[in-house]
Amino acid sequence: MGEFFTLSVLVATAASAIRLATPYLLASLGETVGQRSGVLNLGVDGVMLLSAFFSYWTVLETGNLWLAVLVGLVVGLVMGLLYGVITVFLNATQGISGIGIFIFGLGLSDLLFRQLVGTPKPVRRLPNVDIPLLSDIPHLGEALFQRNLLTYLAFLLVPVTALLLTRTTFGLNIRSVGDNPQAADSLGVSVERTRFVAILIGNSMAGLAGAALVLQLGIFQPNLTQGLGFIAVALVYFGAWRPIGVMGGALLYGFVNATVLQWKALGIIPVSGSDLANMAPAVLTILALIVVARRVHAPSALTKPFTRH
Amino acid sequence: MIKGVLGALVPLLAALAAFAFGAMMLVTLGASPLAGLDAMLDGAFGSGSRIAATAVKATPLILVGAGITIAFRTSVINIGGEGQIIAGALLSTVVALSFPNLPAFILVPLVLLSGAVGGGILGAVPGALKAYASVNEILSTIMLNLVMVQFMNFLLRGPLIDPFELEAGTRIPQTQRLSDNATLPTLLDGTRLHIGVPVAICAAVGAYLILWRTPTGFRLRAVGYSPEAARAAGISVKRNITLAMTLSGSLGGIAGAILVFGSEGQRMVTDGSAAGFTGSAGFNGIVAALFGGLHPLWTIPSAMLFGALLTGATQLQRVLQVPAALAVALNGIIVIFVISSTPVRGWLQRSLADSGLFNRSSDTAGMD
Amino acid sequence: MKRQWRLGPAVLVILGALALVGTACGDDDAPASGSGEGGALRVAIVAPSASDDLAFSQSMVDSVHAIERDVELSVTDGTFIIEDAAAAIRGYAEDGNDVVIAHGTQFGASLIEIAPAFPDVTFMWGTASDTQGLANVFAYSPAADEGGYVNGSIAAALTKTGVIGVVGPIEAGDAVAYINGFKAGALAGGASEVNVTYTGSFGDVALAAEAAEAHLANDVDVLTGTAQMVVGAVGVAADAGVPWFGTQANQTSLAPSLVVASQVYHWEVVLEEMLTLRDSGVLGGQAFEVNLANGGLVIEFNDAYELPAGVRDAADAMIEGITNGTVSTG
Repeated sequence: MGEFFTLSVLVATAASAIRLATPYLLASLGETVGQRSGVLNLGVDGVMLLSAFFSYWTVLETGNLWLAVLVGLVVGLVMGLLYGVITVFLNATQGISGIGIFIFGLGLSDLLFRQLVGTPKPVRRLPNVDIPLLSDIPHLGEALFQRNLLTYLAFLLVPVTALLLTRTTFGLNIRSVGDNPQAADSLGVSVERTRFVAILIGNSMAGLAGAALVLQLGIFQPNLTQGLGFIAVALVYFGAWRPIGVMGGALLYGFVNATVLQWKALGIIPVSGSDLANMAPAVLTILALIVVARRVHAPSALTKPFTRH
Repeated sequence: MIKGVLGALVPLLAALAAFAFGAMMLVTLGASPLAGLDAMLDGAFGSGSRIAATAVKATPLILVGAGITIAFRTSVINIGGEGQIIAGALLSTVVALSFPNLPAFILVPLVLLSGAVGGGILGAVPGALKAYASVNEILSTIMLNLVMVQFMNFLLRGPLIDPFELEAGTRIPQTQRLSDNATLPTLLDGTRLHIGVPVAICAAVGAYLILWRTPTGFRLRAVGYSPEAARAAGISVKRNITLAMTLSGSLGGIAGAILVFGSEGQRMVTDGSAAGFTGSAGFNGIVAALFGGLHPLWTIPSAMLFGALLTGATQLQRVLQVPAALAVALNGIIVIFVISSTPVRGWLQRSLADSGLFNRSSDTAGMD
Repeated sequence: MKRQWRLGPAVLVILGALALVGTACGDDDAPASGSGEGGALRVAIVAPSASDDLAFSQSMVDSVHAIERDVELSVTDGTFIIEDAAAAIRGYAEDGNDVVIAHGTQFGASLIEIAPAFPDVTFMWGTASDTQGLANVFAYSPAADEGGYVNGSIAAALTKTGVIGVVGPIEAGDAVAYINGFKAGALAGGASEVNVTYTGSFGDVALAAEAAEAHLANDVDVLTGTAQMVVGAVGVAADAGVPWFGTQANQTSLAPSLVVASQVYHWEVVLEEMLTLRDSGVLGGQAFEVNLANGGLVIEFNDAYELPAGVRDAADAMIEGITNGTVSTG
């Protein structure tokens, strides 16, 4: 146990937690924006898989990481267009359309990978970028400020999303169409347009999350996400629809995972208890929510299609 | 009449459009779409034993779907089907391992019942957490799915592992062969049609009867319709939310028991993932339930449809040698197309209604 | 509450239409039996992961291609769902294949039910060390501990810190054999510590990558791992400049400058034996093992990685020792 509390191991654990948390955070923040507007998207995992594949393929073909990030974003945007048309303009049931998107993304990304790539080939990974001055802080700098740009972006998006939702007219519109679309409509806010844009933002961020996942790993495999997108949806509830809370959830999940891996490496967790230890992130997430349990109100119109009467 | 024709025609056209999309994908892969369709249909319905296989594949979807109906009608979103299936399977496996010598007419009902208990417990937990600790059920059910996979791996690798596997050093994470007395009896010789199929259909009918023919069901639906109104009427919202999740989970648990005791292998095996055991029935069951309009009885044909797609997909891959992922993508497209078509249909119907051709009957309420 | 949409009747119509067409065209099913075109041997593989996964599934597909016979091969891969795999195995037997390879330990339970129904078909099942008493099932398994031992001993010669890291999926099947062999070899070779992490998943690449990172933080300077999710860990090793040892298939392409050696399964050695037996009318009932001695396990060195002087010779001597039984991997 003592070995764990050495500075270098703690720094490595923190760095690992932040890497693990990055895709969760990006996807959860996007889902937060969507849910605040009243749209549940269970298809995050499918969107992430597609964007992860296309990002990977872009690096494989061009070697350009930033183009790959852009491609991930655009794939998310395109999936957002699709999901927006289905749920906002066709008023289809959200839960099931999301699952449809998930299954579609799961199958198509696998198929494309098999056809266009085949055997997993490694590509360049996102390089770590030191933030001047901050990265020189002993230990802390190494853990927090020597990460890749998508990680910085993910954490930067926490206050940005919070400000967007609470301090801008558009954010006000998002929340109003999520809580009371009829009233918003009568006040002249276009429910359809607001939700559509919120979906585009949310899916683009899911796209970024897919790009972050694959570019941090430098390799793609069928079903690369392993249900990561669903956990990201769960973390929105953990964070009670607030970006800062979502960040807390993503970090908690990442930290517990990283700690378990570190303890396994150190032999603190014996091999026989390996499976039980693997339950820790999920169990602790539930327990944490019980402890901080408070009555939070979901956006009232969540999952409810809007029809003007 | 026009409404009825439209009602079936629009989703049918959507399904055709989805299949057309699939055909295009087959062409891209250099395979003949007609051969593809033929292979899928042949795989799903080509012979008595294949129809039986389709029905067996649909069985867990019917059960999970019926359970989803109960939960969703009570306004609880149960995404924990995967975990509940595993919980039911594990408990029923433990029971079968503990009492291998009970006669079949006791052991078979007993393992199904223990499946229901196992799944029920795993449903009750997120139900109670939602009711009494305000923990959102989407979060808790997704997390409990992850927990159950690892718990399954732990049990099948440790306490429940076939002693032979340890002896031989092969360490396959599986139980020993379970008692023949626990095997679900087959109904038709030469096919895999076992009593799990009628059990699932009865369970779906039971779910329907509970929801619409009993005071309990009335209370559940009242809570789903409006918790405030239910509370005002003296109905305990908390207790009914817990009950709904428990019932929902127990149906998933029965599916788990059926997956074990109706399987070819007659034992529980893990490949380390949830889907390896459940075949993603916990998710596909949600799709089946929603396709069935959250009505337990319509869930039956809906689950059969997806069972057919899944068994057809296996044949498609085998005959045409195209990646299985194609069938997965196709399933997703079918869901997206058909689900998007319903509002179109409603819109068409409304336009017709506005033109005074017929009066639209008021539809029952539900939630997504 | 909003309008409830009703798909039920439509679903019924779709289902009915499909079933009608399906049953109608059901009987044109070719009840093919015996050999394929031009007398080729018809072989089918059912594998749990992708056939080009650079790991377990690929090893079998490559091996069947390596058989020196006229083979007509069908592959159903990615069937990690055990029930679907069982359906595919049964389907291939029904289609009249001569040999059906159930390439997954977890498919064995299903074979007990399927194999007796097709007495003319030879089933091959692995990794498995016995045939479960079935007359038309051949079992195959790798002595993965042997290659693990060799890899481990080379790893011990390369480590400077004396600490070696292993990334595994779940503690089961042949992953255990390889890892235990590796551990024994490394410790016998003078490594002070071998840390093993089982991530709990065969598919979670991100978790495998972070498991490798965790090892690196704990003074590990040589890594190995098994199962298809290790592609994530190889990337980490490559970026950190840490040597990697592969198993199941040749993983050199994942890190061309840092993969030292891979233990590769050459199933064709035992496949040929099984097929010869089949030719003589023995359809199954025996278990086979690929090992260093029969050439079914091969340590494929990566020439681009320059081993220190003497290490390669020591490794070759060790392979020789295991082959002639003078070195024990236990």
